[in-house]
Amino acid sequence: MIAIRPESKGCADAPVLRERGQREVFCGLTGIIWLHRKIQDAFFLVVGSRTCAHLIQSAAGVMIFAEPRFATAIIDERDLAGLADCNDELDRVVTRLLERRPEIKMLFLVGSCPSEVIKLDLSRAAARLSGRFSPNVRVLNYSGSGIETTFTQGEDACLAALVPALPAAADDAPASLLVVGALADVVEDQFARLFKQLGIERVRFFPPRHANELPEVGPNTRFLLAQPFLADTARMLEARGAKRLAAPFPLGSEGTSAWLQAAADSFAVDAATFDRVTAPGRQRAAAALARLRPQLAGKRVFFFPDSQLEIPIARFLARELGMQLVEVGTPYLHRQHLAEELALLPEGTALSEGQHVDNQLDRCRAAQPDIVVCGLGLANPLEAEGLTTKWAIELVFTPIHGFEQAGDLAELFARPLVRRMKLVA
Amino acid sequence: MQLTLWTYEGPPHVGAMRIATAMKNVHYVLHAPQGDTYADLLFTMIERNPKRPPVTYTTFQARDLGGDTAELFKTAARDAFERFKPQAMMVGASCTAELIQDDPGGLCKALDLPIPVVALELPSYQRKENWGASETFYQMVRALAGPQAPAPGTAKPQRQAGQRPRCNILGPAALGFRHRDDLREISGLLAQLGIDINVVAPLNATPADLARLGDAHFNVVLYPEIATLTATWLTRTFGQPATKTIPIGTGATREFINEVAALAGIDPTAVLAQAASNAPWYSKSVDSTYLTNKRVFVFGDATHAVAAARVATQEMGFQVVGIGTYSREFAREVREAAKLYGVEPLISDDYLEIEAKIVELQPELVLGTQMERHIAKRVGVPCAVISAPVHVQDFPARYSPQMGFEGANVLFDTWVHPLMMGLEEHLIGMFRGDAEFHEDAAPSHLGGHGGKAARAEAAPQIHVPAALAEPVAVAAGVGNDASIASTAGQADERESHTVAAPATWAPDAEKELRKIPFFVRGKARRNTEAYAQDKRVPVITVETLYDAKAHFSR
Repeated sequence: MIAIRPESKGCADAPVLRERGQREVFCGLTGIIWLHRKIQDAFFLVVGSRTCAHLIQSAAGVMIFAEPRFATAIIDERDLAGLADCNDELDRVVTRLLERRPEIKMLFLVGSCPSEVIKLDLSRAAARLSGRFSPNVRVLNYSGSGIETTFTQGEDACLAALVPALPAAADDAPASLLVVGALADVVEDQFARLFKQLGIERVRFFPPRHANELPEVGPNTRFLLAQPFLADTARMLEARGAKRLAAPFPLGSEGTSAWLQAAADSFAVDAATFDRVTAPGRQRAAAALARLRPQLAGKRVFFFPDSQLEIPIARFLARELGMQLVEVGTPYLHRQHLAEELALLPEGTALSEGQHVDNQLDRCRAAQPDIVVCGLGLANPLEAEGLTTKWAIELVFTPIHGFEQAGDLAELFARPLVRRMKLVA
Repeated sequence: MQLTLWTYEGPPHVGAMRIATAMKNVHYVLHAPQGDTYADLLFTMIERNPKRPPVTYTTFQARDLGGDTAELFKTAARDAFERFKPQAMMVGASCTAELIQDDPGGLCKALDLPIPVVALELPSYQRKENWGASETFYQMVRALAGPQAPAPGTAKPQRQAGQRPRCNILGPAALGFRHRDDLREISGLLAQLGIDINVVAPLNATPADLARLGDAHFNVVLYPEIATLTATWLTRTFGQPATKTIPIGTGATREFINEVAALAGIDPTAVLAQAASNAPWYSKSVDSTYLTNKRVFVFGDATHAVAAARVATQEMGFQVVGIGTYSREFAREVREAAKLYGVEPLISDDYLEIEAKIVELQPELVLGTQMERHIAKRVGVPCAVISAPVHVQDFPARYSPQMGFEGANVLFDTWVHPLMMGLEEHLIGMFRGDAEFHEDAAPSHLGGHGGKAARAEAAPQIHVPAALAEPVAVAAGVGNDASIASTAGQADERESHTVAAPATWAPDAEKELRKIPFFVRGKARRNTEAYAQDKRVPVITVETLYDAKAHFSR
């Protein structure tokens, strides 16, 4: 673990380049691709246009599904012309869907750009349908529209919609810890073991794997964000009395240690126990990273905005692998949630929020970084120009959190570089 | 509202993108919300293009809706023109932008750009991708070739003696199913025939190329979904006739050669004589005898579905038990084809309807799109892809046309591959309970093994008593089960619709049913149940099963 250099202020007060223009990002609907796998008895029904349906199947359709757990209710001209009552139509579609899939316990009506623009009130529809199908199915709603959400913000919107559905913990309930953000199952299990060894007994994860395992929340709930894109979810949890534990995100050995430390401090775990419990993980992470560091140290990395994971990952690459940060772009910068991260970033890191993709491409080409982190729309074209890329979406679909995955996370960045060398040879 | 698990086509602006991306030196400015740039991935990932599509999106967000989204569009259009310096520009709106009604065409007129700007009106809530591509191609050709049109009534200049015939190839686009290789195959055929190619469009054509479309003597239309509208206009405007035959399959390719030769005024005999295709011999060879009357269901865009049905019946010896398309614009062609095979045409873009049809028909092979692969997996039926929509694996690195003589070879290999091979099929019909080669395992040449789940029987609505889930004992002395189903397979489809309450299966009959090879078992089950209801037999016994077999084999 690398000590925080006292003379560095990090990027806490660093200026951020704010740009507007074409944004080459996904909309929040894309969150469905991993959320439907995480919550195994939930179904995601997008209310939108053919474009929305096309987006989801283009992203997920390479897998052959016997029974997909997502679908789209496509608005057609009859709905727009008012010939059909949108609410009646929606009820008909949901009824047909639930008849086909009786095992579904939770149904999300997911708003899209078209449904938001025509002001279709999906929250009222969700309440109405919940009444009709309870207790078998709970119907909720959130918006994954592109006009309101960017990529991972879809998960934020989904979880925020779930918060009011969480059972209430009593005011005098013993203190409990809630880990917020969809994590790979293997990562969740690792964290559960670590918390247990630390002596923190009451730990729950949100979202749960099944709709009937919703964790309780109340004034004695403390929560740790496992993902940096959960602004609304955090706000909703705070509104129910839960308290956020400020910490960097559990990416890399340093981030994971500090993240666990925040919980340990809050639950009064003594330093000796903390060291004993976390030492093996830290050592394993250090060994894994030591192998990859020679391939990555000194390499210059450029981040296009995508998931809001950019800043924590850039911090990890810079501090634990010695990479140089050319530019770190993020779709949104939540200063409060990322305060600890920004303090750890090397001073003078160029930060950008928002996007003007053509300008950013100009900057990227001028800088000629060793590796570019970008979306799939840019990756192959940049490769064809001779730049090495790491497609960013994979960072959301791969277990990267925690000590045991620190090496895997570094490996994701080393692999394209190794590949380029191998193919040239 | 339509409940859609999978959609066969994208929105019409994706069709417009397919034209813009196929062409060179054009740019498309699309008024669209943040997130609609996902469509870039179709081209950079699925088709693996090494360039960004020439599309600028306005990517407006919620906060822009309160402000001036029209100004946002004008800025994007102006910037795109200055940055990319295209020879022509397309402007339009996506589904959300259509709702806010900013009129990209009108706004662009105000910009007064020094290049042709084609305003696209693509109604997103009524039309779909192929329509969008067709309309865009037509509008582009009209805008760019229109000015070269001869005055109405002008006689078409005759080809001079000694001048080689010249044609345009219309239809190949970006994100087209095997368009790249079909084009190479057909270009080769035309070269063999001694026909020059004037312009291929939209693929790799520039606006200047579109302007000289009129120089050709005739047009070759490879993909009617994209090019028929344009070809019709070219016929009207420049007097160019167009081909009608789609050269998919050996027979259709020969017909196509004759048609092209007639339009070009040349003799195709030499080319036809040396036409080399392995597919006809492969189909004739005795190894293929077991393919006879395999029941296939065909679904796709109209062009590929009609062509596939013809190849399936005339060149592979299959029996087409169902044909359908999601291309409503070309429903007539599919209805006519359905008449040839005596089946009901299925014109629908409702995935659930197609699924229901496949479950009902219980085919032994599905020829369809990526979407039918989902259905086939659920139902446990072999499947091969014949049409878009397709995913990344169907944009292969190797040469794999569907058209022409090499295309016929590709079709043979692709369609036969998912079927269980002859010897294995026979042995599974004779012996049961093998730990490795059992009836619920996937074909061994596909690496299938063990696992009941691999080929669960497709009769989800029928309750199977728990006892039947037990492994079935080996039963000797049973005749050739395959014949139960193959004769039953020719039964009238409609019989199963006439009755209401289903009869229940006696355990021993259920066991006997399981001895029928899985790929025809569903059909045998349906026929037996239809028979039982017809005869008001409350419980189906082994006797009923064989009565039904005898009944349907009459």
